Amino acid sequence: MRWLQDPILDVQHLTMRFGGLVAVNDLSFQAGRGDITALIGPNGAGKTTVFNCITGFYKPSEGMVALRKPDGSHLLLERLPGYDINWKGKVARTFQNIRLFSGMTVLENLLVAQHNPLMIASGFTFLGILGIGGYRKAEKEAIEKAKYWLEKARLMHRADDPAGDLPYGDQRRLEIARAMCTDPLLLCLDEPAAGLNPRESLELNELLLSIRKDNGTSILLIEHDMSVVMQISDHVVVLDYGTKISDGAPVEVRNDPKVIAAYLGVADEEVEKVEAEIGA
Amino acid sequence: MNAPSITTAGQTQAVTRAFDLGAALKDSLKTALIMLGLSIPILAYKTDQSGADLFLTPRWGLVAIICAIVFGMRLVLHAFTASRAYRQATPSSHQATEPVHAEPSAFQHVSKFAIPFFLGVALCFPVIIYLIQGGLNESRYWVDLGILILTYVMLGWGLNIVVGLAGLLDLGYVAFYAVGAYSYALLSTTFGLSFWICLPLAGILAAFWGMILGFPVLRLRGDYLAIVTLAFGEIVRLVLINWVDLTNGGAGISSIPRATFFGIPFTAGEGGFAQTFGLEFNGMHRIIFLYYLILVLALITNFVTMRLRKLPVGRAWEALREDEIACRSLGINTTNTKLTAFAIGAMFGGFAGSFFAVRQGFVSPESFNFLESAIILAIVVLGGMGSQIGVAIAAIVLVGGPEILRNLTFLQAIFGSGFDPNEYRLLLFGAGMVAMMVWRPRGLISEREPSVILKERKAISGSLVKEGHG
Ligand SMILES: Nc1ncnc2c1ncn2[C@@H]1O[C@H](COP(=O)(O)OP(=O)(O)OP(=O)(O)O)[C@@H](O)[C@H]1O
Ligand SMILES: [Mg+2]
Repeated sequence: MRWLQDPILDVQHLTMRFGGLVAVNDLSFQAGRGDITALIGPNGAGKTTVFNCITGFYKPSEGMVALRKPDGSHLLLERLPGYDINWKGKVARTFQNIRLFSGMTVLENLLVAQHNPLMIASGFTFLGILGIGGYRKAEKEAIEKAKYWLEKARLMHRADDPAGDLPYGDQRRLEIARAMCTDPLLLCLDEPAAGLNPRESLELNELLLSIRKDNGTSILLIEHDMSVVMQISDHVVVLDYGTKISDGAPVEVRNDPKVIAAYLGVADEEVEKVEAEIGA
Repeated sequence: MNAPSITTAGQTQAVTRAFDLGAALKDSLKTALIMLGLSIPILAYKTDQSGADLFLTPRWGLVAIICAIVFGMRLVLHAFTASRAYRQATPSSHQATEPVHAEPSAFQHVSKFAIPFFLGVALCFPVIIYLIQGGLNESRYWVDLGILILTYVMLGWGLNIVVGLAGLLDLGYVAFYAVGAYSYALLSTTFGLSFWICLPLAGILAAFWGMILGFPVLRLRGDYLAIVTLAFGEIVRLVLINWVDLTNGGAGISSIPRATFFGIPFTAGEGGFAQTFGLEFNGMHRIIFLYYLILVLALITNFVTMRLRKLPVGRAWEALREDEIACRSLGINTTNTKLTAFAIGAMFGGFAGSFFAVRQGFVSPESFNFLESAIILAIVVLGGMGSQIGVAIAAIVLVGGPEILRNLTFLQAIFGSGFDPNEYRLLLFGAGMVAMMVWRPRGLISEREPSVILKERKAISGSLVKEGHG
């Protein structure tokens, strides 16, 4: 299995407790470099919590989250301060409930994403305010990069509109474009297809596949929409009540009785009966 | 919390509701009852003294009249809010999802003409006043007023960085004004440093105190942040009062060296400004110099803010105001970003403070009480958070307005000679605030101007821009 040979992300014994509630329980999985890995599970399974642990919004109660850089070096994400996970760790994410800078234009959203390189180019503001140094050039390049992603996300015509004015599907794509403007090695998407119509969902699949192909970014994806998961993912990890119940290629997972049981909400003994009924 | 702009049923209903007479009458009656309740302890009895005895004079007639007025006004308000004009003036959820029009917005209207106009008036102000008043000494009052207004414009612009751009509600801004003023006062009286050396030092010291305030409050949001900054402002004031050895306590520091024209003092004698330039000595030379000094300082504040908005740090401030969590996910160090906002805002407060000290020649803790912070914040909120020109207009209205009241002496002819319009300034201030919140809840100029454009400049409706506060 590819993801075991060359993982970009290695999660080991991850546990997250909220008081008495164990949201994630001793979870271990790998995401392969260049793969689209899907993390699925019923509502409240703990998927978003896993994302929050990986991207530094929660400090895991136990466990390790290691990012393997292309040169083979390891970075332990749970030890980095939250903002460094994007800048040093090169992990970007989107949110289940879209978080755009709604009062800023689409272009501004994409420039905020390039904050750190631009900050260096502006000499941490000191040179930029005096108008010396290479800030102008750096900003031009940043706008070029933003344009590249606007083109890819099909948002070019809305570049100067406030992000809050965009329709829902556009907002989802803008959030992905914004995350991609940080040049991530790993892109974590929390339910990117939620609320999209079938056509938009198809466009999203294309966008994700092209991100992987053209930019070499690995993708970790939470998704409820099984058609998306089955079509584009290389590897699926299934969570239920914070515990991993299945892990493998999409076809294997689809036929895993435990997964079917978790999704249909039946007891283990009844799984075989259910399987027979749905002809799996 | 961050749902996209989906029109919710509740909002639409609230906007399109028709005038409901029964409900309005009921609500007006309730309001009148509240007024009655309030009147009983305040209005219903008047204490009259005759000799050594106190008499309670009942005034139920007055209470009845007041309650009737409240009832009537509440009814009118209901009728008004239901009217079309109100519906148009109130930003509705419908407007928020409307495509942005290509036609120029209020912001563009204002900025196209207002900015050159205001700048021109500000530059020529002493000349205009001189011509109107027909003499240097006669124009003193107006130039002083101009200086006062410009000081508040500068303070408003400085606070605008913290509140308007970074979205951090700061109720203790006057503390930095005080730090700047005392820095100049102490440095110049103790070490004899000149104003031009003290000015940057005062700015740096205030910025330093901005960081000191910033560290403990970084984890706080919203109301808690506001309360801690409020306390910080009071702490600074109390330290100034009680650290008598350093600050001379409540008595303040006097005989602070006056401003010089780049080293040439404004004195009548040998080597003074008037003699050097071959003019007849007049005390107004110094006042006019101070006017241009504060104008330049204010314009520098404005220029730096406009520049910062186009730099990554400025965009990060605004992004922080919009969504702090998204900022963190994009690798922005939110701690440092907030600290720079506090520090830079405080620095301009410090500049303004040292100007205050050099103008007055005297500083005391009295000048730096909470009301000052409140007025500066009111200027920012009224102007429209983040809008530079809006803040300038608000400063003129809020600081210049009360001065106009002082001059409305003709009203005495109507209301009798005991009438002093100036006594009503806080009442009018409050009424003005309420009116603003009804008509323009996002301030005079609520549109946000994008910091960068690809093809076409479109102003961003205020209803999309978040207020931040934490
Ligand atoms: N900050 C928190 N404090 C307390 N409990 C939390 C917190 N965050 C998540 N939980 C709990 O952890 C469990 C897992 O939540 P999580 O949001 O990770 O589920 P999910 O798999 O993303 O579900 P969904 O498909 O609905 O998004 C839930 O029971 C939730 O209530
Ligand atoms: Mg979730």
